[in-house]
Amino acid sequence: MTATRVGLLAGALVLLTVPLWVPGDYYVSVCSQILIYAIFALGVDVLIGYGGLVSLGHAGLFGIASYAVAYMLAAGIGHIAAVVIALVLALVGTALFAALSLRVTGIGFIMITLALGELLWGLAYRWISVTNGDNGISVANRPAPFGISLNPPAHFYYATLVVFALSVFATWVFIGSPLGASLKGTRDQPRRMNALGYHVWLIRFYACMFSGLLTGIAGILFVYYTQFISPQTLTLTASAEPVLMVISGGSGTLLGPIVGAALVEIVKNIASAYITRWNMLLGAIFVAIVIFMPEGLVPGSRRLVRALLKACAKAPAAAAAEPNSGEPTP
Amino acid sequence: MTALSIRQLSKSFGGLHVTRGVDLEVAPGERRLIIGPNGAGKTTLFNLVTGEIRPDAGSVALFGQELTRLPSRRRAHMGLSRTYQIITLFPKDTLLRNVTLSLLGLSHLRWNPLLRLDRQRSLIAQAEAALARVGLGHLAHRPLAETSYGERRRVEIAMALAQNPRVLLLDEPFAGLSVDERRDVKMLLFAIPRDVTIVMIEHDMDVALDFAERITVMHFGEIVVEGTRAEVVADPRTKEIYLGE
Repeated sequence: MTATRVGLLAGALVLLTVPLWVPGDYYVSVCSQILIYAIFALGVDVLIGYGGLVSLGHAGLFGIASYAVAYMLAAGIGHIAAVVIALVLALVGTALFAALSLRVTGIGFIMITLALGELLWGLAYRWISVTNGDNGISVANRPAPFGISLNPPAHFYYATLVVFALSVFATWVFIGSPLGASLKGTRDQPRRMNALGYHVWLIRFYACMFSGLLTGIAGILFVYYTQFISPQTLTLTASAEPVLMVISGGSGTLLGPIVGAALVEIVKNIASAYITRWNMLLGAIFVAIVIFMPEGLVPGSRRLVRALLKACAKAPAAAAAEPNSGEPTP
Repeated sequence: MTALSIRQLSKSFGGLHVTRGVDLEVAPGERRLIIGPNGAGKTTLFNLVTGEIRPDAGSVALFGQELTRLPSRRRAHMGLSRTYQIITLFPKDTLLRNVTLSLLGLSHLRWNPLLRLDRQRSLIAQAEAALARVGLGHLAHRPLAETSYGERRRVEIAMALAQNPRVLLLDEPFAGLSVDERRDVKMLLFAIPRDVTIVMIEHDMDVALDFAERITVMHFGEIVVEGTRAEVVADPRTKEIYLGE
């Protein structure tokens, strides 16, 4: 069995047994939150890590899905219809986002996504007849698929885990596919890709759509998790958070955004109980990551482990090569 | 029918005329060399032919098919392939992945988000064959970043040839190569079959003149001399351009 498979099995085992060993419902809920943000960060990583496109407006897409579910449930529409319509709306929103922002790359792309995100935040804040403004919209209850209520934190955690596992699998398939390889090509050499016959814009557009799908899924889970949505979910800080998760965990990796999400959510929800200025702690952690592991925690840890293994392998070889080590020469 | 037909092609950047009314006809299977001092407009001409730059006036046709208004990516699908003066590859990937990307560019598979690329045996076998053709089969799984400059030049050529082009544009394929590497690349270019028309920009006259059947001399964005090797060498305008009056 390869190290990757052992790691995957261990990870799966840890995630499956979370409600058994995590102390109390609060911490189980925090784990659900980590998984939701991990899906969000995976969506953002599709663009940052594999497409070379940094978005600072993804909270807007997250918010479209969240508001759509909350609004429709408040209007008396069923859970399934609300979820489907929310996903469709999130995808329509993503298509508009992509059509406008993919006209440029680099700083231009960042600024357009930021502007679009702020536009959606403004709508959520000011379109009071639909969004209820600052008061937000409450969601009365969570769904009960197959008759199992998702109200208990453990049940909701397992439902989130299923969606998370499917999202990770979908991302793995996408990244390893010809379209995923094409996306990475457009990140590294767009001019060359064009000359090789690729439609660079369309590849990026599809990547945006996949990213928007994951973001929409995370937004739907989030509104069921908090059972409330307000403009606070669409702020610039909310858009920057998944970007930081991706960068701290390691962009262009499958595990990096998950680790980044865990880091941010643990500091935000657990360390904040003990440290008043937890934002400062988070900032210090980011600075440390950027200095010591600029490639992110996951690739940086891999690098360290490789270096350690190499050093360990060299030590006995050097000892063996040294003649008569430890023995006095006659 | 000509393989590549360029008529009155012009491009200016502000007040600078980079190409001025360029006319060029390249016959099928021909080996054409384009020479000229730095800034003569040779690479710009390639960029205009491949569609990376839009011309201000004029037209480009490939085997009689008009290309002028087609986007760059469509030209690759019509059989136009090129290499770059400054090596433009995918440094994070292996040699095999570089060539696979080249093949994928012309395949419908490139839109597939569900299949695993590393399990596309036919595509990978073609990429391995393309690498073997340029003598790099044994390095297929090496990351590009760990290869020499000469090997990267050959990867560029492998990527271009993998697309089975009808017209191949080579932009200074010998630039920066050692004597041995030049010999290897030269042998490689000589081995390209005649169903591929080649237009090459090159400064290394010793190598390029051996290879080319006809030579075009460009200067200040215009074609100044055109003919066989003997005609071009004998033309006083060539001497004037390279040596001064």
